[in-house]
Amino acid sequence: MSRVTYHDAARVFTGNSPVRAVDNLRLTVDDGEFLVLVGPSGSGKSTALRMLAGLEEIDEGSVHIGDTDVTSMPPKSRDIAMVFQSYALYPHMTVAENMGFALKLRRIPKQDVRQRVAEAAELLDLTEYLDRKPRALSGGQRQRVAMGRAIVREPSVFLMDEPLSNLDAKLRVETRANIAALQRRLGTTTIYVTHDQTEAMTMGHRVAVLADGVLQQCDTPRELYERPANAFVAGFIGSPAMNLETVPLTAEGARLDEVTLPIPRGAMDSLGGGSEVTVGIRPESLRLVSDEQPDSLALHVELVEELGADCLIHGRTAVDGKRLIVRADGRRPPALGDTVHVVVRDPEEIHLFDAGSGNRTA
Amino acid sequence: MVAVRESAPRRHIDWGRVGLHVGCLAVLLVMLYPLAWLIATSFKPADEVISSLRLLPSRLAMSNYTTALEGVGGVSVLRLIGNSLVISTGAVLGNVISCSLAAYAFARLRFTLRGPLFALMLATIMLPQHAVLIPQYIVFNQLGMVNTFWPLVLPKFLATDAFFVFLTVQFMRGIPKELDEAATLDGCGPFRTFFRIILPLSRPALITTAIFTFIWTWNDFFLQLIYLFEPEKFTITLALRSFVDTSSQSAYGPMFAMSVIALLPIVLFFMAFQRFLVEGMASSGVKG
Repeated sequence: MSRVTYHDAARVFTGNSPVRAVDNLRLTVDDGEFLVLVGPSGSGKSTALRMLAGLEEIDEGSVHIGDTDVTSMPPKSRDIAMVFQSYALYPHMTVAENMGFALKLRRIPKQDVRQRVAEAAELLDLTEYLDRKPRALSGGQRQRVAMGRAIVREPSVFLMDEPLSNLDAKLRVETRANIAALQRRLGTTTIYVTHDQTEAMTMGHRVAVLADGVLQQCDTPRELYERPANAFVAGFIGSPAMNLETVPLTAEGARLDEVTLPIPRGAMDSLGGGSEVTVGIRPESLRLVSDEQPDSLALHVELVEELGADCLIHGRTAVDGKRLIVRADGRRPPALGDTVHVVVRDPEEIHLFDAGSGNRTA
Repeated sequence: MVAVRESAPRRHIDWGRVGLHVGCLAVLLVMLYPLAWLIATSFKPADEVISSLRLLPSRLAMSNYTTALEGVGGVSVLRLIGNSLVISTGAVLGNVISCSLAAYAFARLRFTLRGPLFALMLATIMLPQHAVLIPQYIVFNQLGMVNTFWPLVLPKFLATDAFFVFLTVQFMRGIPKELDEAATLDGCGPFRTFFRIILPLSRPALITTAIFTFIWTWNDFFLQLIYLFEPEKFTITLALRSFVDTSSQSAYGPMFAMSVIALLPIVLFFMAFQRFLVEGMASSGVKG
């Protein structure tokens, strides 16, 4: 049983103005789960991971692995293995020595070490490179050695700190799938840090979004996409980002440009009669229509990004000059300077957030 | 495949470059002349040593070498070289071990007053050797170590060569921190991280330390002159002096022969290790 629990764990960097790099993190990762920690740089995701590894102090709260409180345990007793962003392979050791180093230190018999290294190498397709030094390997091979070094230890938790960021785009997509498959096969609890929301969405069973050291939301990728808990998560998850605009609130709904977006009664009540609301509409929730359509929003096209299947239309609303991005059919892209008309595909797809706190309403 | 034959380019003589090369060669000649003269003179018969400025001897005389090989004051050359070797090797071991340990502490470990202590250590680089000579002599005299090799070797085991500590600290700072962290997760404490990871990766800095310590100790004359009195304990540099003032007639020829003999080990040492000087290896395992 290797569930990981952060009990209001915090890391405070002291200095002239103390920084709470990780602020009262409360999070449970179930046994065998693949959890992705995602956030922009400086959000505390790596610090949270390093706290679990024992490379960073836990200033407040506690961290448990299984039923053991590891808060003040040295890293080597925590039964974890970590894959670093830079891989951190020992340059003076061969691949086999790199992978077997931790086992050797634990005085596991040579024969067993060799066997476990051979098995891991087999799994990662590294058998023919076992006698090479890291410098004689390609980036992808080094990445696999770093994975292998973690696997041979058979830890109860894998920690991965942006392990794919040094790979080129194609290899990254390939390795992404391999790591996810490997994790399913081994069934080891895994915590994976990334700033790339595509990685987060495709790999994790659940994704925890952090910003400024504070956990914003932890949920399945689908739930994050469909019901973001606040405006930050809404803007962070999804590519291109959700259109978020703070607009005036009327009795009928939210006024965006000349158009009134309807707001469900329940949501209206929880807005508490404020005068403004933050409206979130994903680019794919907007649909191009003909200009006769009533209640359509006129957009002045400023940039068109053609992606092949789709195109992304960057435009400004005619009256208020708000910037919006629309995902449209790639076969008939509008020209620069055109005016296009859009409507929201389904009123259900409008996300509403409190204009002050940014929290989701209803 | 079409063979493309280039017409032979017309030879331009770039007189500027010719001048530059001639100039460089001239400077080189001036710089190497004393060395060449030393080697040539060691083969000259006694009457030509001082009287002639000519480089080449009129006839090859091996007598200087036979005299030099007999040694000084009943102490054989092998003994002199042996003494030099013992002191130099001891100094190299001392510096490599102590400076790398001190450097690791300054580069990686956190302890109170690390910054001020590092600055203090660096300040000792500026301290002239002669300023501490007399107090140091008194200390070693009290310890009964005068006229032994200890005063020449023991300080090296105490990381007193701040320059090498500094050199190694700078090198170790260049080793990625993630390697230490990976080692910590693999189960290394500070000592094991040092011996298994940092030390092997600091090889270029250690070799630099070793080469310079060896050369400087081997060539040192002053400290050895101060601390060693008995001919039995003389080093090769002390023996060189003996050629000049032990006999009524200074034996310059044998002295030059001895100089050449004294030069050989460091030249060999340098040739054996210089390729490691340029070797940089720490960064290659990190980053893709």
